[in-house]
Parts: sequence; structure tokens; C-alpha cells
Amino acid sequence: MSVDKPTVAKIASLARISMDDAELERMVPELNNILGWVEQLGEVDTSDVEPMTAVIPNTLRLREDEVNADGLTGGDRREDVLANAPAAEHGFFGVPKVIE
Amino acid sequence: MMSELTDLGVKAIRDGVASGDFSAREVAEAFNANVAAAGALNAFIVATPEKALAAADAVDEARSAGKQLGPMAGVPIGMKDLFCTDGVQTTAASHILEGFVPRYESTVSANLWKAGAGMLGKLNLDQFAMGSSNETSYFGNVVSPWRTAGGGNAAMSPGGSSGGSSAAVSARLCPAATGTDTGGSIRQPAAFAGITGVKPTYGRCSRWGVVAFASSLDQAGPMARNVEDCAIMLEAMAGFDPKDATSLDMPVPNWAEMLDADLTGKRVGIPREYRMDGMDAEILDNWERGKTMLRDAGAEIVDISLPHTKYALPAYYIIAPAEASSNLARYDGVRFGLREMPSDKDGERAGLQDMYAATRSEGFGDEVKRRILIGTYVLSAGFYDAYYNQAQKVRALVAQDFEKAWGSCDVILAPTTPTASFPLGSLDDDPLTMYLNDVFAVPASLAGLPAMSVPAGMNSQGLPLGLQLVAKPFDEQGLMNAGLAIEQRAGFTARPDRWW
Repeated sequence: MSVDKPTVAKIASLARISMDDAELERMVPELNNILGWVEQLGEVDTSDVEPMTAVIPNTLRLREDEVNADGLTGGDRREDVLANAPAAEHGFFGVPKVIE
Repeated sequence: MMSELTDLGVKAIRDGVASGDFSAREVAEAFNANVAAAGALNAFIVATPEKALAAADAVDEARSAGKQLGPMAGVPIGMKDLFCTDGVQTTAASHILEGFVPRYESTVSANLWKAGAGMLGKLNLDQFAMGSSNETSYFGNVVSPWRTAGGGNAAMSPGGSSGGSSAAVSARLCPAATGTDTGGSIRQPAAFAGITGVKPTYGRCSRWGVVAFASSLDQAGPMARNVEDCAIMLEAMAGFDPKDATSLDMPVPNWAEMLDADLTGKRVGIPREYRMDGMDAEILDNWERGKTMLRDAGAEIVDISLPHTKYALPAYYIIAPAEASSNLARYDGVRFGLREMPSDKDGERAGLQDMYAATRSEGFGDEVKRRILIGTYVLSAGFYDAYYNQAQKVRALVAQDFEKAWGSCDVILAPTTPTASFPLGSLDDDPLTMYLNDVFAVPASLAGLPAMSVPAGMNSQGLPLGLQLVAKPFDEQGLMNAGLAIEQRAGFTARPDRWW
């Protein structure tokens, strides 16, 4: 399978990366090289193989249902959470107007 | 005195500080001076000399007060700029995170500070750890301290993505540094720079607070100038962390204390598929010498087969970009980092979607964009089964190959890289050629296995060559024991001549 310029433009739009014509043109052969190369995976018979989901067998853990069980990942840190926001206002993240 | 201190490694510094041969402050000052004088290497994005001094002073005070010192007490280290550090800019070498100052500390770095280490600065790397030559950083290439013999002055690659770490450790800017390895990013730069680097079993080191690239593969590890220093540092970095769902809930062994280079009764597997067509003769010779060294240490050398080796790298270049495209979705110009607000031709301010797209276009470098696009494509409707699912099945087969191999060997010996370091700029025409650097490193990553690179010799151009060892899950001890056996026999003492 190979991609053409409209396909790359579609992918870029899905990935929310704006690209001008020149950048799209440049990406087409680069992506096709990589995709052409990974296509060799099709040679491998995987009909009886389950896709890997965990590399090291590990069980998911449960923890006590406590509020703010960990000071670093719990709540009450609004200032810290907003500290790096490009536009924080009134204790919220600011974004451009979404509804006209 | 000052120049001698910077020749010392982790253990020598820790023990010297503990016994009062020198103060932690003297050590920090000596390394701070080396960092300040090495701008030409571009190994650091930010230097934090005051952090190194503050940590050193705390250790010196604790010692005067007769308190118990930590296992890394008085050792200043470099921190790859992929680890979030409280109050110190963390960029992942990207423009999109330029100016991001975390309000929390990654578990691994917090563990190191708790053990008494201090921070010399944040080390340069390939952008979002995507690259094998340290040429994708927004903050410029890292230049290897190594040059080819006979007066060559071409700027060489320190490897990547932990290229700032490898350059800094080999140039004596720090005795040790953190690295992260997704598909070879500790081992390949360690090999290029003539130092030792260990990627532990997936889950040994917490990923909490480490900027994510491909979460099922990312693993932190130490980079230093010998095996024992790596063992000491890995002990300090590793450990169960409830904040990382994939963290291993297992005790951390006393790897350093238990190091033993006697390999009597051990079997070392030589995977026949790693001998590839057109391989560099010097890499093959180095591999042969490695076998001789391990045989001399008492091990039996056995041939093994890892039949899916050829497919590991293409599987990796589906899985890693797929995970990256998902992980990097968080860079949206809302919560942290860069925000770009384009206006249209009528001067109308952008809407939310335009802001996302402009921010990400401006903030990500070419290689990062390429991988996000590949990842988005292979996960998209209609292609998921053919690409992503097939790659995860091949990944299962690669892991099964290793499981079968452990029936006939205890540790695997292979080259770390297909070539020695190359000049910066020499491989940038084609992303695929660059990807092939990690052909020997990626299989162990896909299987989550502990692996390391240890310097074993020099090529005819005067550049270091590494040997790679891979061990069973959780057997960092067996891994580092074999590494030590090579280290003791290779007698690698070469160091780059100072030109910077």
C-alpha cells in the first residue's frame, strides 16, 4: 500500500498538524519508503498468534478508594496544574472561542 | 586535583566523599567547571551548577553530622532532559515544550536525589527521544567528543537518543547520566561513545514523570564508564512505583554487591540471525573477541536461533510510532508548552482546531511529525489490522524466539550496532538508513528484556565499538556479570582527546 498527497493531507489533518503543500510533497516519498519497508511483515504467518498486549506479565493493581491517595497525583493542585498553561484565566485553561 | 576528580566514577566519588578524601563540593565544582568549558559539545540544554552545589553541600553537612550517607552521596550526574525535574525546564529537546517547568519530579530522578546524587544539568537528546544520532534536537546537534584517528576533525555523532548523556559521560562532564531506551537509545549511544549503558527489564524503573514516547517500550537506565557504576546507579533508580501501572512490584537486588565475573557454568548464546549480509568486518571481529572473552571467563558458547530477528525492526517502526502518535496528542497548546494562534487572510483569529494544528506544526520537528503521521496512518480505520495488529503479532513471535532461546542459554552476546559512530549529517538523506542503526538493539526492546552495551575495543579509525548483552527478564545480575567479564578482559581505557 502506498500513500498519495491527498492521503498524507488527510493523515496530517487527523493528527492535527498543519502542513503546507511543500511539506506534504516532501512527506509522500518519505512515508512511502517507510511503509514499503514495513510491508515485509506481511510475509510472517501469524494466523495462530495472539497480538502482544503486555511485554512483561503483570497484573493490574487496585488501590484503596481514597481521595488524594498520592500528593503528587491527587487533587487540590489547581495552581500547579495551570502553572504552565499558555493562557490560564480565572482558574481555568483558556482556549479560543469554540462556539460562534 | 580538580582534573583528577573528574576522572573518577560513581563508586570512587561516593567512597572518596564518605571517607573524607575530598568533599562533595570539590567534586561538584570540578564537574561544573568541565560542563561550563564544554559548550562545543552541546551536551547540555540547561546547566544547573547551583543544584549540583546544593546537593553536594547537603552531603558534606550530613557527613560532618555523622549521618548515614546514601548510595550515590556526593555524585553529581547529568539528567536526560526527558525526565521532569521540579522547577527546572524540561523540553524533551522539542520546541513545543520549550519553557515548560514541571511542578513535580519524576520518580527516577527523585530516587536519585534521595540517594544523594546532585544534578549538573539537563542533557540534550533527540527530540522526544526519536533519533539515533542526536540530530533531531530543537536545541542543536550534540557533537561526540570522539574524532577519528589521524587528525580527523569531522564532527561525529554521539548516537541517540541519549546522545547528550553518552557525550557528557565520555568527555568527563559527569561521572554518570540517566538515559532512556525505547529501541536502543541507551545502548547505541553508549557503544558510540565508549561507555557502558544498561537498559533494565521493562518495568524496573518507573516511567512516571518521564516524557512518554512509546509507553510499552520506554525504559530508563544508567549510563556510566563501567559496569559497577551502572549497577550502583541502577539500584538507586529502580523500584516499585504505584504511580506507574506497569511498574514491577519486586524487590531491587543488591546488584553492585553481587557482581561476579566468573561465568563458570553459564551458557552464552550467539544468535545466528544477527550475522547479516554485508556486515562491517570490524564489528564481526569485535564480536568474535567478545566470545573469546566470555569463554575465558568460564562460559560455554552456544549457537542459538532467533528466527524473527529480521522482522523486529519493521515491527518496531509500526508499534513505536503508533504509541507516539497517541502519547503526543497531549501537546495541544492548551495545558503546557507552545501555543500558536494563526489568523486567516481577513485577520480573523483562529478557532480551536486551527490552534491545535498550528501549534503542533510549529512545535514538532520533522522526525517527530513523520512518526506521528506513520502512527496515525497505521492506527487508522482500515489499516489497523494490516499494520498495527500484525506488528503486535510479530512482536509476540520475537518475544517467543527469546523464550525458546533461554532453554539453551543464560545470556546472549551480539554487537550493539552495525557500525561505529558516523559523521553528523552523513545519514540524514534517508530516515530508513538511520533506523537500521538499531537493528540489533530493537529485538530486546520488543521483548522487554534487560540488555546492555559495554565498550570492548576500537576500530581502525580510532572509534569505540560496543558489545551487547541480553538476559532473561529480571536477570540484570546475570546481564551485568557478563558485562563485567567483558570489561575486565577488554581493558578498554581509551578516551577522547580533548579538543573542545
